[in-house]
Amino acid sequence: MTLHARLVVRRPAFALDVTLEVAAGEVVALLGPNGAGKTTALRALAGLTGLSGGHVTLDGLPLHELPAERRPIGMVFQDYLLFPHLSALDNVAFGPRCQGRSKTAARRVAAELLERVGLAAQASVRPAGLSGGQAQRVALARALAVRPRLLLLDEPLAALDAHTRLEVRSQLRRHLAGFDGATVLVTHDPLDAMVLADRLVVIEDGAVVQEGSPADVARRPRTAYVARLVGLNLYQGLAEGHRVKVGELLLTAAERVDGPAFVAFSPGALALYRSRPDGSPRNLWQATIDGIERHGDNVRVHLEGPIAAFADVTPAAVADLDLSPGRLVWAGVKAAETHAYPA
Amino acid sequence: MSSANTPEPQKRPGAPPKRGGVPPGRSGVVAGRLPWVLVVPAVLGLGFLVLPLAGLLIRAPWATLPSRLAEPQVLEALRLSLVTATVATAVCLVLGVPLAWLLARVSFPGRRVVRALVTVPLVLPPVVGGVALLLVLGRRGVAGQWLESAFGVSLPFTTAGVVVAEAFVAMPFLVISVEGALRGADQRFEEAAATLGASRWTVFRRVTLPLVMPGVVAGAVLCWARALGEFGATITFAGNFPGRTQTMPLAVYLALETEPEAAIVLSLVLLAVSVIILASLRDRWVSA
Repeated sequence: MTLHARLVVRRPAFALDVTLEVAAGEVVALLGPNGAGKTTALRALAGLTGLSGGHVTLDGLPLHELPAERRPIGMVFQDYLLFPHLSALDNVAFGPRCQGRSKTAARRVAAELLERVGLAAQASVRPAGLSGGQAQRVALARALAVRPRLLLLDEPLAALDAHTRLEVRSQLRRHLAGFDGATVLVTHDPLDAMVLADRLVVIEDGAVVQEGSPADVARRPRTAYVARLVGLNLYQGLAEGHRVKVGELLLTAAERVDGPAFVAFSPGALALYRSRPDGSPRNLWQATIDGIERHGDNVRVHLEGPIAAFADVTPAAVADLDLSPGRLVWAGVKAAETHAYPA
Repeated sequence: MSSANTPEPQKRPGAPPKRGGVPPGRSGVVAGRLPWVLVVPAVLGLGFLVLPLAGLLIRAPWATLPSRLAEPQVLEALRLSLVTATVATAVCLVLGVPLAWLLARVSFPGRRVVRALVTVPLVLPPVVGGVALLLVLGRRGVAGQWLESAFGVSLPFTTAGVVVAEAFVAMPFLVISVEGALRGADQRFEEAAATLGASRWTVFRRVTLPLVMPGVVAGAVLCWARALGEFGATITFAGNFPGRTQTMPLAVYLALETEPEAAIVLSLVLLAVSVIILASLRDRWVSA
């Protein structure tokens, strides 16, 4: 592990207390809703926000004792903050210049980095003349130019439109893979986190609520927020073998668990019926339709009942079943598609 | 926690912001009658501001203007004015920009009081400023005595004294303008520079100053214009010696008693300078 940090920031209406460990070459994403404290944590790592307690240690070096300009970090800001009065080349050369290199040497380093991110042709362009995707890459090159041991990215893709985002995301992934230091990135977008990070740390209300590989977090969410992010119905209950009691409802799951457990199933696995179906689904209950909205190509139906859930059905099914708010329906999900894991 | 059933609202970064509802055909709206209570004083006010300037132009001795402009006293006063105003502006830049930075970026106890003190020369009658300068920097003044005994320097009634008087009166214009620009500048650029390893001095020199340069230029021009027109503090502190401390405004005042036409010519020159300054600042300030 190269980065060990315990970040404690106390403010009048907010408290952050987060422990982070990031290995060299590892990319950790801090994921969480707005106001959870992700950016505060990142700023504390950078030295832009003071710690009320805790420590930041990088390769044995106590970073928390150093001001921001003395820390071996590189930071990419949400809106990049490229210096508007400098060309792309001089923006990237800024860091090496501050590290005491000559103008020529700094520009040589900058030119190499711009080349690496595919922007050699834009070297003399001012930030105002760059597209969003290009600015993002210049910001990354600028952060890498100081040869940081810790790379910090604050919502690196949030300012991009959907199309550019896709392309820049895969490029960013490649550049992060080539970086040998520790990387911490902040995002509220689960897709960015899943694609870019080796490990996710989910923060809610200033504390870590879940931690693990993207696949693990996606499959086994542990909070309502994470379940919503990854698009799963999530419940907490008491398990006994394959049976999990959630409120009044007894659900049958694919896995065997004993004691407090989470149960999750995808909204696509939930089937709706006008009348009680025969046979197949093991988990069946009666629900009232609370709302209907478009969701991509499908329709998302919100259900009230013994458990609140949402189901994704086709527009054709909405017409066939004559689904409308207030209607009583039967909801069913197969046991094989209902997953349980210890809470 | 028992459920997780509200979908995250889809975020669409590329979506255009909602347009404010502007009703169509707005240009065809029929306006009501203009209220005379407002229009009459407005026109009177405009006339009050413009007519004196027009009078200056009408009474100007256009035929003899070139020869009068070439008179040694006029040229001397003009040269002295331009030199002292420029030097005073330079002094204001060297001292005022760091002062503005201190007020905008460093929190220290009594900052509000200091900010108020900086603006005092702005509202102080210039003559009072001149008297105050005499009391401090005059031969018998607290600092003046020390300056004379230690360095043999005496400021009152010298060209350097003119610069001191002008700088004293004009510096608030620069400080206020630059401080405003500093407060308006996005401080996160400075944070970005810090994460790249820039010391605070480097941040100021390579990021902050370039970002607020328009404000510095505007402040310097205002400061220069104020210094050029300075009268009260100059005549009180530096006196009225042709070639040494007699700047344009002083020359205008003196000429008015002996040679009114010369006063008009000198005034025209100052008017021209003002118009040029206004024109050069048009985009930055006047229309803003």
